[in-house]
Amino acid sequence: MEMAMKLASIFFTMILVDNYVLAKFLGICPFLGVSKKLDSAVGMSLAVTFVMVMATAATWPIYRFILEPFGMDYLQTIVFILIIAILVQLLENILKKYIPTLYKSLGVYLPLITTNCTILGVTILNLDNGYDFIESIVCAAGAGIGFLVAMVLFSGVRRRVEEANMPKSFEGLPITLVAAAMVSLSFMGFGGIVEAIFGA
Amino acid sequence: MPSAERKVNEMSNKMKILTNGILNENPVLRLVLGTCPTLAVTTMASNGIGMGLAATFVLLCSNIVISALRKVIPDQVRIPCYITVIAGFVSVVQMIVKAFLPSLDTALGVYLPLIVVNCIILGRAEMFASKNSIIDSALDGIGMGIGFTLTLTVMGSIREILGSGTWMAGLDGLLSFLPEGFAIQVLPESVDPFTIMTSAPGGFFVFGVLMAAATWLTTRPKKVKAAVAEKGGNA
Repeated sequence: MEMAMKLASIFFTMILVDNYVLAKFLGICPFLGVSKKLDSAVGMSLAVTFVMVMATAATWPIYRFILEPFGMDYLQTIVFILIIAILVQLLENILKKYIPTLYKSLGVYLPLITTNCTILGVTILNLDNGYDFIESIVCAAGAGIGFLVAMVLFSGVRRRVEEANMPKSFEGLPITLVAAAMVSLSFMGFGGIVEAIFGA
Repeated sequence: MPSAERKVNEMSNKMKILTNGILNENPVLRLVLGTCPTLAVTTMASNGIGMGLAATFVLLCSNIVISALRKVIPDQVRIPCYITVIAGFVSVVQMIVKAFLPSLDTALGVYLPLIVVNCIILGRAEMFASKNSIIDSALDGIGMGIGFTLTLTVMGSIREILGSGTWMAGLDGLLSFLPEGFAIQVLPESVDPFTIMTSAPGGFFVFGVLMAAATWLTTRPKKVKAAVAEKGGNA
């Protein structure tokens, strides 16, 4: 029971309080680039969530059982980015062959994911936080869902913002960033709520 | 004197590559690359300088190496090759920072290894270093790095001055001759700082305003020049 509470606490903290996009500034590039349309926002976030969980499942054991015992933890960055690149390529091939419908909806986003900082970020932060394997997986899933929530909410905000009247030099990205500031501000209101519910 | 003229031309070309990154093709404000570290580490000006210098080092080295290898790397696997080169240099920077600037290491945290996925570096490798000579690529790396560092410093200064009232706090972590706890008090102590500026929403807001300012600066003078030229033509 305590375990479940702790996992739930990690999961919801990642979505609401430590939201990767709005509080930790990871994955801003896809957040600004792909959030114009709702369906592409959802597609991208699902692909990111999937790769995040897979990457965590792959990097955690490699770090704990290979890199750390042999004193090679300085290779962390190189090894992790290569694992992620290989994983994304592998995933693309598997989806193409066996689940073509999913490939069609996620396919375009997959190559972009290698350089998405949320993936490398979550794998490194999980180790920095000292999470065990299950906690890491839950944390990665929470981070992915948090990314989805931010993308979906923001694609709605963005449609309204683009119709608004604004100074010429603010058109396009600058006003989008100011709007992102407002969305991020509203997420600050969640601070403390998870601790209050789960008592962790 | 055609050879001298060509030399002058070449020089101005090189200067242009070097200065392009500062405003016209500023990687952050105009090309919108590398936004994540820009937003994340600019809570203090000194962190911005540290991050900018670390990224500049990686950018310069990876641009040189990738440009030198541009004829050797096969086209189909170029992205993994670039990433491996970049990750190598990032690990070097990580070790140097950990060894000599421990306070910067704590301040930058996870964003230091994340330089690997900084799109400025991969972007310049793909857009510039893979097509140009080693010297041009090195200049491009330095120029882009300066543009990145300047932007980060300006943004960090705005957020630090408004958000905590000080300027360049923590610079003693970068320059060891400064006294410990170095900071310049800008806002008087009696003024309550806008803490929101150092948290996430302030980052987005300052970034948006700076980007608008850069758009205004780069599009405005052309319009004025065009208007002047038109007036002159009419007269």
